[in-house]
Amino acid sequence: MNIPEDRKYTQSHEWALCADGEALVGITAHAQELLGDITFVDLPSVGSKVAAHAEAGSIESVKAASELYSPVSGTVVAVNKALEDSPEKVNLDPYGEGWLFKVKLDEEPQDLLDAAAYSELCEKEDH
Amino acid sequence: MSTAFKKSVPGREACMPGVPKRRAADMLPAALLRQKRAELPEMSELDVIRHFTNLSRKNYSVDSNFYPLGSCTMKYNPRFMEYAATLSGFSKPHPMLPQIDPMLAQGALEVLWDTERLLCEITGMRAFTLQPMAGAHGEFTGVSLIAAYHRDRGNKKTKIICPDSAHGTNPASAALAGYDVINIESRDGIVDPEALAAVLDDGVAGLMMTCPNTLGLFEKNLPQIVELLRSVDALLYYDGANMNAIMGKMRMGDVGFDVVHLNLHKTFGTPHGGGGPGSGPVGVSERLVPFLPAPRVEKCEDGVFVLKTDYPKSIGRLTPFYGNYGVVLKAYAYILRLGANGLKRASEYAVLNANYMRKLLEDVLEIPYNRTCMHEFVASAHKQAEQGVKALDIAKALLDKGYHAPTIYFPLIVRECLMFEPTETESKELLDAFISDLKNILETAEHSPDAIQNAPVTLPVSRLDETKAARNMELKEKE
Repeated sequence: MNIPEDRKYTQSHEWALCADGEALVGITAHAQELLGDITFVDLPSVGSKVAAHAEAGSIESVKAASELYSPVSGTVVAVNKALEDSPEKVNLDPYGEGWLFKVKLDEEPQDLLDAAAYSELCEKEDH
Repeated sequence: MSTAFKKSVPGREACMPGVPKRRAADMLPAALLRQKRAELPEMSELDVIRHFTNLSRKNYSVDSNFYPLGSCTMKYNPRFMEYAATLSGFSKPHPMLPQIDPMLAQGALEVLWDTERLLCEITGMRAFTLQPMAGAHGEFTGVSLIAAYHRDRGNKKTKIICPDSAHGTNPASAALAGYDVINIESRDGIVDPEALAAVLDDGVAGLMMTCPNTLGLFEKNLPQIVELLRSVDALLYYDGANMNAIMGKMRMGDVGFDVVHLNLHKTFGTPHGGGGPGSGPVGVSERLVPFLPAPRVEKCEDGVFVLKTDYPKSIGRLTPFYGNYGVVLKAYAYILRLGANGLKRASEYAVLNANYMRKLLEDVLEIPYNRTCMHEFVASAHKQAEQGVKALDIAKALLDKGYHAPTIYFPLIVRECLMFEPTETESKELLDAFISDLKNILETAEHSPDAIQNAPVTLPVSRLDETKAARNMELKEKE
């Protein structure tokens, strides 16, 4: 399974790529695979506050609507506008063009999983 | 197929004997008369018959073939009920009659009164409202009753608990009634009293339970759950989506449920799923009776039925008139026709059919909670998905074999799931044929997955792009 080593993960299948006090946020390849074809992404607005492990938006797929949890705490400084017209980018490239939003961090993220721990979590869920 | 408007030919008409000679203008005030001619299709009687017959042939229904759509109870709708509903004493009265003079509608009111009594007997509840027009409408009514109860007692309650195995609309109904929804995880497929205890506090207004739940499993910990809820004055809600499994086996009122909604269009055999309007009556325990919607049918001492509206604590009126009267009437006919033993046997056969299917499929599909189920069961195509054939593909391949697909990807707690509910009205021969066709699909999936991935191929419409269908809907007829 595709789990890049450069970022951190949540148990609810989001990722955060942290650099220079900011974090890029998205969902994992595993999450988009479970959701199936994504039809709509509801993101927090720029300037709003998000809290780690609290609901920050939602993702609708052909199967279900699911909550989106922020892996980090801070202020949203950018959202991926391209997803409004092409939510399928989340399916096609969840770690790249399918990123969701960017957060200016209030604090260094805590209790996130590294790639190995997240990989273990996915395997456990599979069985 | 083109619309009736496209088929219209100016001047063509059907024979309509006995059309009144008086013009509308002679009978209605000018302000109510239309200014422009209504542009209605002009067709012969045969044109109309062919138009609607052909439309109905494009529809898939339980009248044409097997419909194992889990959670939906797509059982056969006995024609006896249609006969009862078309009796002119029921079909002709104007809906205003009981309000103008109840003596002009005693029979119609008696049906409502009697149906309420029968549903009380079946569920062990104290009283029912027949107003809600569908299952989710019943849920909203039920949660509103819970809210009214707590308001009346001065309780400060903000939360409703919904187990992850509850019916899908429960969280939406609770949220619509203004509650925060707390989700709790099941253990071994059923509600875990420990998980409930962990989230239970004075802010909890109630718990919405589907029993048997969406995995087709009976909730064995009910007594413990009732006790826990009572300790914080929280109410227990019964979602009747799966009532078809336990008619005559468990009465919700006896177990300690405070609110029950039933789906007459599922359990009591009236048409649904685009085949007709629904009906979601809500039953309550003694302490919730004052809050029921008005009006209610009452029987006076002299045996006369009246509509009463004077209930100061009522949550008010939910629907114009008295709910979907025709559906209530059909359910009334169904209950009387089957009787106590018949209803019980219907549930027993529904459970037997589901277990028969489960047993014959356990070698070819993974059954995550493989024990005696109720009226439905959930299988997982997890292993097939690893080889590239997903639950969706299997469902589409079943369409090619002439069946309606089972429910897929619900409940959310089982991956690649297929949820089968055969209902009591299917024969062993039919179930055997279906199982053989499904096994055939799974065999094909092993050696030539692309054949299944490309299904359906025998239908007028092949595999749809579901994302596009959800995002770019074409709701207008193509030019």
